Amino acid sequence: MKLVFSEVAQGLRRNLSMVISVILVTFLSLTFVGTASLLQMQIGQMKNYWYDRAQVAVYMCSDVSAADSCPQGKASPDLLERVKEKLESPTLSVYIDEYYFEDQQQAYKTFQDQFEGNAVAQYVTADQLNETFWVKLVDSTKSQIITESFTGVAGVEEVRDQRSYLDQIFSILNAASIAAIGIAVLMLFSAALLISTTIRLSAFSRRRELGIMRLVGASNFYIQLPFILEGVFASTVGSIFAGLAVLGIVQFFVQGYLAQSLPFTSFVGLTEGLIVFPILIGVGIVLAAFASGLAIRRYLRI
Amino acid sequence: MISIANASKHYKGAPKPALNNVSLEVEKGDFVFLVGASGSGKSSLMRLMLREDVPTKGSVHVLGENLVGIPSRRVPFFRRRLGVVFQDFRLLPNKTVAQNVAFSLEVIGKSQGFIQESVPDVLRLVGLEGKADRLPSELSGGEQQRVALARAIVNKPALLLADEPTGNLDPATSLDIMSLIERINASGTTVIMATHDQSIVNRLRKRVVELRDGEIVRDEIGGSY
Ligand SMILES: Nc1ncnc2c1ncn2[C@@H]1O[C@H](COP(=O)(O)OP(=O)(O)OP(=O)(O)O)[C@@H](O)[C@H]1O
Ligand SMILES: [Mg+2]
Repeated sequence: MKLVFSEVAQGLRRNLSMVISVILVTFLSLTFVGTASLLQMQIGQMKNYWYDRAQVAVYMCSDVSAADSCPQGKASPDLLERVKEKLESPTLSVYIDEYYFEDQQQAYKTFQDQFEGNAVAQYVTADQLNETFWVKLVDSTKSQIITESFTGVAGVEEVRDQRSYLDQIFSILNAASIAAIGIAVLMLFSAALLISTTIRLSAFSRRRELGIMRLVGASNFYIQLPFILEGVFASTVGSIFAGLAVLGIVQFFVQGYLAQSLPFTSFVGLTEGLIVFPILIGVGIVLAAFASGLAIRRYLRI
Repeated sequence: MISIANASKHYKGAPKPALNNVSLEVEKGDFVFLVGASGSGKSSLMRLMLREDVPTKGSVHVLGENLVGIPSRRVPFFRRRLGVVFQDFRLLPNKTVAQNVAFSLEVIGKSQGFIQESVPDVLRLVGLEGKADRLPSELSGGEQQRVALARAIVNKPALLLADEPTGNLDPATSLDIMSLIERINASGTTVIMATHDQSIVNRLRKRVVELRDGEIVRDEIGGSY
């Protein structure tokens, strides 16, 4: 064992520049992997948060509604009452957590708040806005029930699930994180190639010893172990750096900057960072062991 | 000890086989010279016995192992039971004489106690007791070959394979090495030695196996070159 470690140390010293480049490449690629998986976690967390709050809006006809969905003009109090009764009927009410009615004055107030300072706020009047039943479901994925029950009902202009807006945002974020993972995989692949090249170089520079070791009957495991350890050592150093970088990103960029500037969003924190950390180290070690093992096995084949 | 039956070796891309239907039996304690012109297949036959190569056809049994069917993870353990020396010594240039011999014991997992005891013993046996701390570059060719022999026999192998061990040495030094190899043989180790050196073969009068174009054309006890 003592001999194995001195061999490893010798190999590392001999290929110092290659070892440094392995450390750098694993560091970069695993930082990418770590960031991409944090982004995935962030998306998951935001989905939970926002889907939970997503409601289904049943927009009632107003004076300015298009004629094809609202042939009878503004929904009459009678029609409003019919919608309310339907929401409270035993068939639907089991799916509904709560609902409330927003009249045109409230809608106007919300609108003015939301678009404060925007030119459009000056031109909109209360009677242009819809009266709306906001429905919060017990299970927000079952919005179809409401959509099907109210689409085409007299006095209802449109039924809209807020999730459909969220889905667009999330699918963009998702595409970004998948692209990041794709790049990360490519980088991991190049890290693996670099590791196996380094190991093969190291084996080449030690071919004399290797030949003699094989001649006197050193076991394959004994011959291969120093090379595998060499690769694993370099990539472990790289992945520790990557893990620290990911923790730094979480602590100083996400929590220190993003969370301060967007106070109403929940962001990933050190807890998630500490989940990613060991995964990165594990990926680094397995990748290096695999790449260097394969390289040295192919080099020594006969 | 060694039993080779109808072995042929055809290297990829070579026009004719390096070994063609070779059969050879060697008993325990024998001393066999392998002779033949350059390219006649001596080294190829040695490589089969070392399990550095497998024959294209035929069978090779050495020290009770079937070297055609042996799983590759058992090959190292097979090699520990024999010693090998070559024309080019194959020493590690940055290790001392003693370290070179010790290295071959370390890599097969021998204890430090065993190594410290057996290395000086074997160096004395080959006549290098005062030179344990020299580097190979500070030794003559004959002394380097003695180190290689020490390394080959430190494990007390039943079989010594020597491929032109005197090929790089002058006649006087060759005689020294040969008397050492004879001593090793006299202590019970079977020796197979490939050589071009006529005077050595003619002087020792051992069993001579002659190869020509990959075929055995002569197998004579007490033969000459
Ligand atoms: N690895 C190889 N690939 C292809 N051909 C080879 C290989 N090794 C040897 N040969 C061929 O096999 C034949 C026998 O070679 P071998 O080395 O066994 O001869 P030899 O008797 O040891 O010669 P020498 O006395 O010069 O050492 C030669 O024609 C050689 O070119
Ligand atoms: Mg030869």
